[in-house]
Amino acid sequence: MSVTAVESRPLLEVKGLRMHFPISEGILRRRQVGEVKAVDGVDFSLKRGETLGLVGESGCGKTTTGRCILQLEHPTAGEILYDGIDINTLPRHERLALRRRIQVIFQDPYSSLNPRMKVGDIIGEPIQVHGLVPDATKRVARVRELLSICGLDPNFADRYPHEMSGGQRQRVGIARALALEPEFIVCDEAVSALDVSIQAQVINLLEDLRERFGLTYLFIAHDLSVVRHLCQRVAVMYLGRIVELASCDELFDNPLHPYTRALLAAVPIPDPTIEAGRAFQPVRGEVPSPINPPGGCVFHPRCPIAVDGCRRTRPELRELRPGHWVACSEVN
Amino acid sequence: MSALLDVRNLHTEFRTGAGVVRAVDGVSYTVDPGETVAIVGESGSGKSVGAMSILRLIPDPPGRITEGQILFGGRDLLGLSPEEMRAVRGGEIGMVFQEPMTSLNPVLTIGRQLTETLEQHRGADRATAERRAIELLGLVGIADPERRLKQYPHQLSGGMRQRVMIAVALTCEPRLIIADEPTTALDVTIQAQILELMTGLTRRLNVALIIITHNLGVVARYAQRVNVMYAGRLVESGPAAEVYHDPRHPYTMALLRSVPRLDRPRQARLDPVEGQPPDLTRLDGGCAFRPRCRFAVAACAVSQPALEPAGVKGHLSACFRRDEIGAALAASLAVA
Repeated sequence: MSVTAVESRPLLEVKGLRMHFPISEGILRRRQVGEVKAVDGVDFSLKRGETLGLVGESGCGKTTTGRCILQLEHPTAGEILYDGIDINTLPRHERLALRRRIQVIFQDPYSSLNPRMKVGDIIGEPIQVHGLVPDATKRVARVRELLSICGLDPNFADRYPHEMSGGQRQRVGIARALALEPEFIVCDEAVSALDVSIQAQVINLLEDLRERFGLTYLFIAHDLSVVRHLCQRVAVMYLGRIVELASCDELFDNPLHPYTRALLAAVPIPDPTIEAGRAFQPVRGEVPSPINPPGGCVFHPRCPIAVDGCRRTRPELRELRPGHWVACSEVN
Repeated sequence: MSALLDVRNLHTEFRTGAGVVRAVDGVSYTVDPGETVAIVGESGSGKSVGAMSILRLIPDPPGRITEGQILFGGRDLLGLSPEEMRAVRGGEIGMVFQEPMTSLNPVLTIGRQLTETLEQHRGADRATAERRAIELLGLVGIADPERRLKQYPHQLSGGMRQRVMIAVALTCEPRLIIADEPTTALDVTIQAQILELMTGLTRRLNVALIIITHNLGVVARYAQRVNVMYAGRLVESGPAAEVYHDPRHPYTMALLRSVPRLDRPRQARLDPVEGQPPDLTRLDGGCAFRPRCRFAVAACAVSQPALEPAGVKGHLSACFRRDEIGAALAASLAVA
């Protein structure tokens, strides 16, 4: 296979992904009374070395999408092709090998580290489990190296998570993700829980690591300014579906879907003069329940430009401009 | 015009196993009637403890207000008896907290939480209280208030619950509302709705608002005045436009520089505040921001700079180099 062929093939391809969680009722006889359509038909792909942002509000399915890719959920329908292979049809041992290549950084640096383990063991355990560095002394050296790559003092290996600040803990979480030398990292709200002054440090670290190790990120977040800074392409999700997908510059300079526009308008800009001059009308209503989503376009009850047809037909993603996909029948 | 709230030299400390933590260490500021003041700072900067001190909601032990005065409408709240203080809380001063799920009582209906306040503070009878409760729910934009009155908090969405919290805060026509991270737990479109509602109502009813937040955008959109806290102290205070356009404390400058902004071209790299937040049990006599500061000089290690005038009237900074910093910033902007 030629080099160009490898590069043009996406590293990750998600096709028609659906994740429906059953809702059960009854004590003696459990019966299913409904389902939560957390992810309801999602398609996207990611090239090697690319960072794709997945944005949306709570309950839009962005985290569930990430968990399906991490094989932490078994999807109801759809395919997830990693490097051309459908990960859900792989035999068990091959799946384990694939897990090494796909890692995750979680949101909360407080609950995602085991409080009873020393930092060195937290980072060293996956290396040991996957047998990457069988020799214990060499493994200690590797852990120290990982800590210093993530901007921490190597002596932190002997500390417990509670002895560290939130920013330092998040760096430990990043070092743990890097320990298996992955190609692909799902960053699930990786900087959301951090203080403003620390957030920028961690964002810079993520960018440095991407360059240094040629990483591919799926960056799940709700903070649009952070997503714009870090990502090359962005997908906006609403109620289990992608409503808009475009290159980062295109999406922020020329948002087309009314929901994307509402999201962008809702973000206050840290400048009182600009804010004073901004006419601001918050989008009405709240996100409907994914148990019983509205018919037709899921955004129509809150949409300022909805017409009668939006109640009946669900708009598909259309490519309105090269690389700019929108699921709205009313924009062109 | 005399200030509605005048906090003078407030000190609140906690005795912990690791030593005494001075969570609020000599903070003074005022809030005028009807004014919106933002208190900005990161976790551990003392912004919430400062607000809880005003309401005297600091758990003792381990916490204690050791010094200072809190003059509200001319009365020192620190001198009031517990009964008198209860009348102030939820009466003249309303509160809105971050987590509407934990700050509403889960076993009481929405209606009961509203009427209870009215019966306690105003001695209203059931029927009057209920009428007023329906009126309040309408005021905060809850559709079908009669039905909502009979519901429990878990039956409401996060945004709805926060609307109920605001209604509770407004029940007794307070003169001041203290909102501690009122929208941090909410989604961005709901956050916008709630902040619009809160500032609209406080303006219309002429209620002063102290909004505690870490979100610099929220401050820019809603506050007239900004107080920036770091390690238990006020480091900068002034009219919002002044603090944002002509910051006079290196911490404020660094904070403003470190956030990516939607209105500006994408930067190649963010400019973070280096280093870690301070450990409050290990502060020395110098400026607490010194280890992370680009402008630190020898004097910063010797003593803590006082909050003194910088720039226009009402703009204060606790930095020895407050004037130089302003001039340097102006020069760098002129070059760029």
